[in-house]
Amino acid sequence: MKYIDEFRDGAAARGLARRIAEEARLDRSYHLMEFCGGHTHAIYRHGIPNLLPASVRMIHGPGCPVCVLPIGRLDLALDLATRPEVILCSYGDMLRVPGSGGHSLLKAKAAGADIHMIYSAAAALTLAQRHPDREVVFFAIGFETTTPPTALVIQQAAQLDLPNFTVFCNHVLTPPAIAHLLAAPEAHELDTVPIDGFLGPAHVSVVIGSEPYERFAREHQRPVVIAGFEPLDVMQSILMLIRQLNEGRVEVENQYTRAVTRAGNRKAQRLMAEVFEPRPVFEWRGLGSIPHSALQIRERYAHFDAERRFPMMERAATEPRACLCGAILRGVKKPTDCKLFDTACTPETPLGACMVSSEGACAAYYRYGRYQEAA
Amino acid sequence: MNAPRVRRPFAGRLDLEHGQVELSHGSGGRAMAQLIEDLFAAAFRNPWLDQRNDQACLELPPGRIAMTTDSYVVSPLFFPGGDIGSLAVHGTVNDLAMAGAWPLHLSAGFILEAGFPLADLKRIVESMAQAARTAGVSIVTGDTKVVECGKGDGVFINTTGIGVIPEDIQLSGDRARPGDCILLSGTLGDHGVAVMSQRAGLEFETTLKSDSAALHDLVAAMIAAAPGLRCLRDPTRGGLAATLNELATQSSVGMHIREVAIPIRAEVAAACELLGLDPLYVANEGKLVAVCPPEDADRVLAAMRAHPLGAAAALIGTVREDPHWFVTMETLLGGNRLVDWLSGEQLPRIC
Repeated sequence: MKYIDEFRDGAAARGLARRIAEEARLDRSYHLMEFCGGHTHAIYRHGIPNLLPASVRMIHGPGCPVCVLPIGRLDLALDLATRPEVILCSYGDMLRVPGSGGHSLLKAKAAGADIHMIYSAAAALTLAQRHPDREVVFFAIGFETTTPPTALVIQQAAQLDLPNFTVFCNHVLTPPAIAHLLAAPEAHELDTVPIDGFLGPAHVSVVIGSEPYERFAREHQRPVVIAGFEPLDVMQSILMLIRQLNEGRVEVENQYTRAVTRAGNRKAQRLMAEVFEPRPVFEWRGLGSIPHSALQIRERYAHFDAERRFPMMERAATEPRACLCGAILRGVKKPTDCKLFDTACTPETPLGACMVSSEGACAAYYRYGRYQEAA
Repeated sequence: MNAPRVRRPFAGRLDLEHGQVELSHGSGGRAMAQLIEDLFAAAFRNPWLDQRNDQACLELPPGRIAMTTDSYVVSPLFFPGGDIGSLAVHGTVNDLAMAGAWPLHLSAGFILEAGFPLADLKRIVESMAQAARTAGVSIVTGDTKVVECGKGDGVFINTTGIGVIPEDIQLSGDRARPGDCILLSGTLGDHGVAVMSQRAGLEFETTLKSDSAALHDLVAAMIAAAPGLRCLRDPTRGGLAATLNELATQSSVGMHIREVAIPIRAEVAAACELLGLDPLYVANEGKLVAVCPPEDADRVLAAMRAHPLGAAAALIGTVREDPHWFVTMETLLGGNRLVDWLSGEQLPRIC
């Protein structure tokens, strides 16, 4: 397959693996966090961990939008879905995630709620046009990658003056989450795992550009390499991070030059700024409250905001007590350190954030890496 | 063949062009008798069905009898390369064939939704009859029920099949042994992607067709080449990953496959890439996985490749000793990963 096969070439991978092994120093370790769930998935799906020397450890970050959405927000979506006038639509990954009491959108759908799986924000708008007698709510989630399409359909709905379309906005922002991870106490304490450098997101960076990473690279003295999602992209980026660390450089480098520029996609950024504004604070599953880390719909598009159209009462929802997701997302613990992993918490019965989607650290490890512990 | 000697108790013919399924078509009265007579019996004709009894009385050749049942609820009902009717024949024939059985007879149970166009039902029934003729099996007994509009999805079909296993054939999922070879009869994921390409909200253009086909003739050729064949299974729902995990668990062994050896069409790989699916988990309806002793592998592979349904057959891996019964894969990159059971439904990833 053109544009895919050349980034999955076995011989090139072996070459990169050799270079990584040669250049990784023996007197130090390299703790590298891939922020993005897409990278976590690629790393495990293509078996990258056993192509890396023991001194290089990948830490799986919180960049899985489905995983970090708090249970309380999902419960609100479930409430919306059970209103008889509502058709709720969302992306496929979101449907399986359990809310309070193990209830999920898939279960609600099987019980008769009108829930549609969609592949694009545009499909949500089409649904509203096709069902003028129903209230169509788009349960919008995701990082900066999926945000511009949501902004676009809100503007289109405004132009069409669609009375039956709203968005339940749960879009979150990458840079505040990375800054929060570095400011977390664990990152500074002795005897805990420090994060030496970051593999920066691929698709998110196409939108926001490489510039937003420059400030925290400087402030927290951590190198960043923005990496594509193909396995050879990931391996080359790991090599670039190792070189920066070996040479004492703290730079934002761009491996994914075929798609990412320093400024990013200005048009998409403008679109987002027109429709959305930062929320003062947003709760992240596994990480807690992070200021200015999520978006809400601006006043001028209030008519399309599900949180304004429908009465919503956020109820307190608690995470399972033994769950180590927070520590796993910060790189302090590994999935196998958690007592719940592969006992009470499995992909069929996920308890914590990292197990709910295939991009979550625990789910990816369970699905692709578990055999290594047993060996 | 004798013509049916049944006096027709109904005056007109079914309107198979513009008519719809009605509740009365399942209520045991005249309307049901007419539907059976004009549609099912006309399409499936054979000596057993022509007797018009509530059961078929069969005389079977010597050998062990294999029996299996499967229900078909595919959506959409018509897809490139097949429909629910041909699928209901192929699926059940293949489940028999995987035991080395020669399939002989099928039953067909239909659950129809009131309001379903009779023209579509006719298409499905005729396709089913055609698939049965091609596979050399007869549909010897059946049943029709009608549910209210909104309580079904057009048509559900259940088929039960019986076949006869020739003497000396011992195929079973628990017979894989460390050192054995794992063979795959052709490209992965054709059926699943062909069906998905037609699904509402997901339509994409592809020339891809479902691989839906009856495999018993291919199986017979493989058994003739190597009677020592150990296990056969068709990787339907859950795909190759589910099939290998089933066999590994049944046989208490591990399995190791090589990604580079697995045949996948470029269109399927592209569609999976686009939709965030893994072809190892996508359904097939005309492929089989075979496990055989290493010394038989070349002969089985040659027999498969000589058959039109096994032309792209490949040796994809080996059976290993493993107390955890894991299925693992060497990736294209040269790394290793687990090939786990599918969790939940395979849903597209969002970014």
